[in-house]
Amino acid sequence: MGVEICSDPTAPLVSLRGVRKAFKSGTVALERMDLDVHDGEFLSLLGPSGCGKSTVLRLIAGLTDKSDGHITWRGGQPSLGFVFQEPTLAPWSDVATNVWLPLRLKGISRADARERVEDALEQVGLTGFAKSYPRELSGGMKMRVSIARALVMRPALLLMDEPFAALDEITRSRLNDDLLKLRKSLSATIIFVTHSVYESVYLSTRITVMAARPGRVVADIPVDASHTRDEDFRLGPYYAERCRATSAALQTAMDCAP
Amino acid sequence: MNREHVEDYIFPIGLFVLAIGGWEALVRIENIPVYVLPSPSKIAVTLVEDWDTLFRSLMVTLSITFEALFAAIVGGVSLALAFRLWRPLERAFFPFAVVMQVTPVISIAPLLLVYLSSSTAVLVCAFLVAFFPILANTALGLASADHNLIDLFELYGASKWQQLVLLRLPSALPYFLGGLRIGGGLALIGAIVAEIAAGSAGQGAGLAFRIVESGFRLNIPRMFAALFLISVTGILIFVFFTGLSWLLLHRWHDSARGRER
Repeated sequence: MGVEICSDPTAPLVSLRGVRKAFKSGTVALERMDLDVHDGEFLSLLGPSGCGKSTVLRLIAGLTDKSDGHITWRGGQPSLGFVFQEPTLAPWSDVATNVWLPLRLKGISRADARERVEDALEQVGLTGFAKSYPRELSGGMKMRVSIARALVMRPALLLMDEPFAALDEITRSRLNDDLLKLRKSLSATIIFVTHSVYESVYLSTRITVMAARPGRVVADIPVDASHTRDEDFRLGPYYAERCRATSAALQTAMDCAP
Repeated sequence: MNREHVEDYIFPIGLFVLAIGGWEALVRIENIPVYVLPSPSKIAVTLVEDWDTLFRSLMVTLSITFEALFAAIVGGVSLALAFRLWRPLERAFFPFAVVMQVTPVISIAPLLLVYLSSSTAVLVCAFLVAFFPILANTALGLASADHNLIDLFELYGASKWQQLVLLRLPSALPYFLGGLRIGGGLALIGAIVAEIAAGSAGQGAGLAFRIVESGFRLNIPRMFAALFLISVTGILIFVFFTGLSWLLLHRWHDSARGRER
């Protein structure tokens, strides 16, 4: 895979340098991509469709190989959690069995995993739904199961690929708040792919704006982590100003695409 | 009784009773001779009177059908798994499977009778027609696992075996069961067609032979009675596999669940 490891304790958790990704079809998804992800960050990757946001996540997760460049982990790849745009649950298994899956693949028995599965379900507010099947749940609940499945590994880095894009505005807003609460209790680093300027400003401590064809970074927008994220934050001038700055960067990104 | 009850039960049952009653009335009123068209009551009487002969033949046909179906399940699923685990095999073998499928079994039967004993030839014919739908459906099912779930399995370092057992096999189950429902019916059809081609008499005579034999003897009621048993067997096979599908899928698969309206 060509992943590198560095032992410098001051280095970012993971860094991408000059990463290029070209598919067999000849499409260049990423070109000279540089990105540092620091411990405890909530980093949003924002950009138009086809700018390679998801490819960045897949490269970091090791689900696809880079064509060129360097991906360097500080002290090796930590435990990862991945949440897809779709809930991606096994429809033939009940909720508890779905959440157990990552542990099961590591050889941990259902009995040994029970406590962790229950914890994960409690964290996403689904206690009492362990025996339900995915079909019996709403879209928002399915996504919660998907998040619980990522949490059960107690990941140091959580990768989320537009997890709330297919949900209605109300469910999405509730899940945003729940995700922020989770982040506090988890102390995990999160990389969050989104199309939404408002969502990215509300959730993140930093927004990386990407342009398409080929995918690359065009702007890095910090969002002050000291602000408490709640309804007041959404109505305040700081939020509005960050949204404006992010929108402007996104507009630039869209303008510079060929 | 509400309208749905009428639509769901009364109409189909009513139509069935009407059809049988009309048939009975037509035969009696027009005095149609029994060697042209026996009445349903005459067929029922023949079924009871000839039960020993017919039952023995039914058992022969049933055992061929289920032996062939069992072989088709084992062969079809094994080959589909082999295709999955080693893709070049699929390219090499699939043309053979297609040739076997598209060649009408009735045209292979005489050839098989040259090389094999008649009971084996009948079994092979029934196997050939049941095999392909099970192979094709299972292979399709194994290839239809959700790509994101495959990614997830890779992310968490699943072995090939774990991926097969925990992901590919459950994904293939609805497809396999669909193939089984088709294959079950086809195994019976294959057995009947091959029996007619083989024309085996005596102890090993199945229901198809009874039909041919009754035709020669102008024993038309027995012909209908044998036909009735074949139809009932086909229906029971279908109902059995439909029930099995429901049992295995109703908790999670759309195909086995009703829609709220």
